Parts: sequence; structure tokens; C-alpha cells
Amino acid sequence: MKKIRILVLVLWLFPCQGLALDYTYININNPFIRKIPLAVPEFKTITSGNQEAELGRRAREIMGHALDFTGYIKVMDPKAFLSSPAETGISKSEVVFKAWTSIGAELLITGGVVQYQNKVQLKLRLFDTFKEKMLTGKVYTGHKDDLRRMVHRFCGEVSQVLTGHKGIFGSRIVFVSTVQGNKEIFTCDFDGYGAEQETRHKSITLSPSWSSCGNWLAYTSYVNGSPDLFIKNLKEKQGYTVSFKGLNITPDWVPGEFSLAACLSFSGDQEIYLLTGKGKIIKRLTENWGIDVSPEFSPDGKKMAFVSKRSGTPQVFIRDMDTGTDQRLTFQGEYNTSPAWSPDGDKIAYAAAEDGEINIKVVNADGSSLVQLTGGTKDNEDPSWSPDGSLILFSSTRDGVSRIFVMTAAGGEQRCLLKMDGAQTDPEWSMENVYN
Amino acid sequence: MSKKVLVNLAMVLLVSGLVFTVSCAKKCVVSEPAVAQVETQDQIADAQAAAESEARKAAERQKAIEEEQLREESERRALAVKKAEEKRRFENCNIHFAYDSSELTPEARAILKKKADWMRNNPGVTVVVEGHCDERGSTEYNLALGERRALAARQYLVDIGISPSRLGTISYGEEKPLDPAHTPSAWDKNRRAQFKIQ
Repeated sequence: MKKIRILVLVLWLFPCQGLALDYTYININNPFIRKIPLAVPEFKTITSGNQEAELGRRAREIMGHALDFTGYIKVMDPKAFLSSPAETGISKSEVVFKAWTSIGAELLITGGVVQYQNKVQLKLRLFDTFKEKMLTGKVYTGHKDDLRRMVHRFCGEVSQVLTGHKGIFGSRIVFVSTVQGNKEIFTCDFDGYGAEQETRHKSITLSPSWSSCGNWLAYTSYVNGSPDLFIKNLKEKQGYTVSFKGLNITPDWVPGEFSLAACLSFSGDQEIYLLTGKGKIIKRLTENWGIDVSPEFSPDGKKMAFVSKRSGTPQVFIRDMDTGTDQRLTFQGEYNTSPAWSPDGDKIAYAAAEDGEINIKVVNADGSSLVQLTGGTKDNEDPSWSPDGSLILFSSTRDGVSRIFVMTAAGGEQRCLLKMDGAQTDPEWSMENVYN
Repeated sequence: MSKKVLVNLAMVLLVSGLVFTVSCAKKCVVSEPAVAQVETQDQIADAQAAAESEARKAAERQKAIEEEQLREESERRALAVKKAEEKRRFENCNIHFAYDSSELTPEARAILKKKADWMRNNPGVTVVVEGHCDERGSTEYNLALGERRALAARQYLVDIGISPSRLGTISYGEEKPLDPAHTPSAWDKNRRAQFKIQ
């Protein structure tokens, strides 16, 4: 708040609009984020169409849930509100800013709903109440079944203004869940909504990986008796299979390319290979007797983290793709696996087994500043960063059976992503926003 | 075989002979005078006793043969049971590993030697060695570790003379625990290589 007040003062002294546009409200890399209080009062019904009030109520609910999910916004309780833009008006000249600053709402979203037949139009505005300024305003028109998408688009705009990044609202999550004892692959929205079963192999199916465009999924399944690699186009339902002798496991897509790395063991040793998107071997990447597994490319594709037992215990190493040299990243503990790069490429999250539990740790890509994010909650594994780097997904056995959890990148606000039958493991966040 | 035929032939002759004797004696009873009858009856009784004893002996001999056949059959059955038991033991006796290790322990080697013996006695059989892990650690790393366990067991069997063409491997990582409990004793059981006859 202080920052904003100072800025308001600066703007008052030097009224330069351009300055304010460059300003980012929230630094999502700050481990001590103070949540910004935001008010979403009732939306205005514009033509009083019979479904407008209901659509407005649903849109507010979706918006509140999505913004709360970020971990850096506190959506305020409407009971505290002193003003109703639904009655006074939703544009800047009509909003009573004092009514919002007096209850501590630093941000305000007003909305108007127009409905005609199956179409709905949303007029949405984000205000800085202390600056009495509109930060962004958009009009969305679409089928009323697409209300959730429209609201999430606007949440992306809000995120863009506040953090400089579109955020997570168009992203999807892939994970593994047991169905009648078999592991199958599922996808859901960023907030756990709308889980869909993607595979029906009725077999062991593991390690799903999104391509960076979000259209392709690579994974391992035992459906044909042995651990084969499947490369599947989610939309066109076509794909390729890699079934060398031995293991065909742990795929990871090269960012921005139709190629991937995976662990194959046809040579009698588990090594990481580079493959085309159609599953043809381009080249062998690791040359080391002992387990080399779980490749994970840096967002720029110039480096690859992986797990190797070359030093006696499983540890995370980093391969420089240009020079071909490997550097050990993890030195603390006897069992460090499942590396995941942050989207800015600066940090790596991984799972560390120590003292009878497994915890998520984050370390800079150069090995400095090691932080532990979970603790005292049984096994926490398989970290994956959100596309904006603000959140980390992981699986946890804290409630007994394994479930997918999410937390801020600093380890705060740890909560269960979704509740469904069976055990859920191995979550991965898509790097592209599917509909942004 | 020829012995059996001879015995059977003797039996046929003997039994038909007895029938003749008895039917003849009956005829005699009707036709012979009274004094001579006592003597004759004694003779008849003797003959009958002799015939009965012969018949008994023959029956016993027959029984002995049948018993012999039964014994052979049950021995065959026992052998089959023993073989099935050996096969069962081959499939059910697992070798175990230390945490995060694919090294064969002395116990594992001893078990593998027995498995090699069995495979030598059953030359037509091919076997898949399954590598398994306990639930601790990453799913992905455990797939690799499970494979190393299977490969270590396979290599040992090859080293002591089993043809590599008879031995396949597959890793299930931590996906198929024998004991689903989250306890050290369950983990001990689950870190294993298992042997499946194809």
C-alpha cells in the first residue's frame, strides 16, 4: 500500500501518465508478498434481460475464485461494501472511489452484463481506487457457455497490469490419477476445474509432458505389455509410439520445437536421447554408465536438467546443450530427483528425500540460495511451476492418499488443487495459455 | 509285458480247470454208491479247499499287479506335484535388494543358483525377470532402478551358464508392490526381482 501511496504522491507532483503504465504492482518473485485487497461488487444488469443477474452472479463467482487462486490478491468480503456500482454506475466517472478506499479496497473491478438470446456481453473494468484511475477495461462478447473463458481472459488482463504477465488463467494442468487401480492421464483447468480423462489404457500410464504449444502430450504406458513412449496429439487424436527394448520413459519436450528428450535403455543402460516429435532418435545426449533419467529443459532450451546416479546417489545435474558439459546441481542429501525449471530460467525446484520424508526445495540454477518449501507434511514430490512462475504444483501424501497440491513459489498457501476418487500424482503445468 | 501275459494265461487255465473239477464232483454225488460217498465227499472237500486256495492266491496275485500299477501311477503323480512345486517355488521365491541398490546380496546369489539349476532341468522354458522397487523416491527414477535390478539378476544367471535367449527383463518400478503398506517391512518385501515363466 505504501508503494502505491508514494506513487500517487509522485504522480500528483509530476502528473506523467506514462510512468504509471510501466509500473508493476506485484513482484511475484518476492517471497514476502503482501496480498492486495480487491473488491468485486455486484455486476450491473444493463438491459434487465431475464438471465443477466444470474450470469453476472456466476461471472463474479468465477472471477473471485480465479483471482483468489493467484495467492497475491485478497478478494474482499462483499459484506463490507458501502457502495454498489450496479446501482450508481460502473464507469470511472460513476464510481465512488472514497467508498472503496475507506474500507481498504486498493483495487476495484466493476462489471456490466448484457444478454441477448444465447449471447452474453461483459463490460469489465479494473480501477486503482487510491489513484482513481482505470488500469484496464475490456468488453467480451460470446456464447453464454463461454462465460468462464471470458472472465478468465479478463483475469489475464488484470494479471498483466499487476505483475507484467498474463498469469495462469488460460493454462491447463495434466496429471496422473488411478481409475479402478490403473493409472491414467487426466487434464484440468489451472484451478482444478473440469477434470477430463485423456487416456483409457487400463494399464500403468505415467509421466505426462505437454509440448510447449499445448497440443501434444508425451507419456509412458504399459498398455502393450512393456513401458513404451506415446506421443499423442490431443486435438487430432493421432500420434506415434516409441517401443525400443527396455525402458521408453520420462519424456520432456524441447521448448518451442517438435522434438523431445526421453530415457531409453535398449543399450542395456538408461541414457537420455533426443528424439523427433515422431519418435525417431536424433542423438544420444548422456554417455555415462548408471542411471540417467528425467530430462527437463530450461525455458530457452539451452540447458537440460536431469537425474543421474553417476556420483553414487540420485542427484540433479545440468547439461549445457551447446558445450555438452554436465554440472552437478544438488549436493545436500542422498536423494534429489524431479527437477523443474522456473519459467524465467533462474531457479530449479526438485524433490529431496531426507529423514523419512520427501520435500520440495528450490535452488538457483547456479546452485546458490537453496530454500526448502515444504516440511513435516509426509511426502511432497513432482514440482511443476505455473507459466507465470508465481505458483508451484506438487503431489503430497499429507492427507494419506496422494493428491495434487498448489503453493506460492515461496511455499505459502499450500492447498489441495482438486478432490477426486483415486490417488493423484505427477502434475505438470502447461507452459502456454491455451486460450489467451 | 510278456511276464504279465504268461501270468494272465495261467490264471485263465487255472480258473477254467477249477470250474471243470467242481461241475464234475457234483455229477459224481448223484451217481456214486452211499459208502463211497463219504470218501468222495472228503475228496470233494479237499478239492474244493485246494481250488479255493488257488483262487485266493490267484486273486492276490492279480491284486498285487493292480497295486503295482497304482503305485506307478501315484509315483508319476507325486513327481508331477513335485515338479509343479519346484516351478511354483521358482516363480514365488524372489530375490531382495537394499534401498536404492541393484547389487546382488549373497542370499540373492544363492537363490539365483537354484533358479539356474531349475532352468537347466527345464531346458524348454524361458523366463522374464521383473524388477521392482519400494514406494519411496521418484516414480521415474524407480523405473530405472527396477530395470537395473532385473538386469543384475539376469546377468548373474547368464554368467552361471543360462542362455541369454531364455531370459527377458521388464521393470515395473514402484508400480506393483507385493505389500501395499507404508512400512519398512513392506518396503523390504517390495524391493525385489521376480521371475515369471513364459
